[in-house]
Amino acid sequence: MNLNATIFGQIIAFFVFAWFCKNYVWPPIVAALDERQKKIADGLEAAGRAEKDLELAQEKASELLKEAKKDSSSILDQANKRASQIVDEAKEQARLEGQRLISAAQAEIEQEILRAKEDLRAQVSGLAISGAEKILESSVDEKVHASMLDQLATSL
Amino acid sequence: MAAEEHAVEGAQEHAPQYATGGEYIQHHLGFLVFGQKEDGHWGFAHSEEEAKDMGFWSLNVDTMGISLVLGLIFLALFKTVSKKATSGVPGGLQNAIEMIVEMVQGNVKNTFHAKNDYIAPLSLTIFCWVFLMNLMDLVPVDVIPLLAQTIAGDSHLYFKAVPSTDVNITAGLALSVFIMIIYYSIKIKGVGGFFAELAFHPFGKWALPLNLVMELPAFLAKPVSLALRLFGNLFAGEVIFLVIALLGWFQLPLHFAWAVFHILVITLQAYLFMMLTIVYLNQAHNDH
Repeated sequence: MNLNATIFGQIIAFFVFAWFCKNYVWPPIVAALDERQKKIADGLEAAGRAEKDLELAQEKASELLKEAKKDSSSILDQANKRASQIVDEAKEQARLEGQRLISAAQAEIEQEILRAKEDLRAQVSGLAISGAEKILESSVDEKVHASMLDQLATSL
Repeated sequence: MAAEEHAVEGAQEHAPQYATGGEYIQHHLGFLVFGQKEDGHWGFAHSEEEAKDMGFWSLNVDTMGISLVLGLIFLALFKTVSKKATSGVPGGLQNAIEMIVEMVQGNVKNTFHAKNDYIAPLSLTIFCWVFLMNLMDLVPVDVIPLLAQTIAGDSHLYFKAVPSTDVNITAGLALSVFIMIIYYSIKIKGVGGFFAELAFHPFGKWALPLNLVMELPAFLAKPVSLALRLFGNLFAGEVIFLVIALLGWFQLPLHFAWAVFHILVITLQAYLFMMLTIVYLNQAHNDH
């Protein structure tokens, strides 16, 4: 158990080993550890940010949905209004068309009546003349009394 | 030549069985010492007296060699991992190494408050190296000596397998720490500041001799306690392993029980050595 130069050997070996460890062993391991730590921190931060983003997006989506609903209901209202308007317009048009048709038919009927009257008048005047001819026999000159007969015809 | 003859005689005398249990233990506590013999030749000592006669300038080849091999194993292992260290998902080995590195880093961060990039890798070196040296204690006591004896072809060869049961090894480590304490004390506080710390505390400068009497032993006790704590624990454990080894078949359960307990001891001692180093170096960096 005597002390000897082994002490010096151990001292030299220790400092060489410690120097080697400091320069070639320690830095890469610690660098890897630090890098991993940073990676994890970044990952956590990114996750937090993503969560926030998601929340924002959801908020935005619900807002959009609400707006879309509002829009759709107003569009529906407008469409309904427009439809009733169109229906009203169509009704009005139909009414007008009907009236027009009615008045045209009435005009035609009136014309028809006039024509019938005219015919009747002509026939009546002819009948009157032939009657009068028969009554007066040949005393009445058709040509002399034509104006008088016409007057009679129009007064019918 | 004379020494070799002596060795052969010794081998014939003692091999393959030891005469007594005490002799067995005694032999296992001897070192393979290389140094200058009385006749002036350099070579290995073949008895403890011869080793003692070699004086200070001799080398415990066994403990020194195993200590170096273990240190190189530590560096090689950590170097291979650090070479392909990834910041992505770590593999099994990298995971284990990272656990140790993070443990050391955490302890240094908690205990060492100055800024010095050397302290953490230094602590890692101390922890792993001392742990590996202590770990040799769990190798059955006869395996490595028998292996060395077989390789050397000398059945009486002294070979000690556990470096931290050699007071030279633990003292070497403790003195390294002591050198760093002095170096950093002087670097941070200057020679005057370092001296003032020893001479002017705790009673002010008018009680300088009293201060020195109180502070110097405390200062010198640091490396001594570091060295002897590690040495004492491991030496005691080793001796108990040797005593157990004498018990024949009963040694198996006992050996297992003591080895399990010793796993705690060797880890704790490695951790203690590292922590005390950090604490001492922190004190050296502390400017009052």
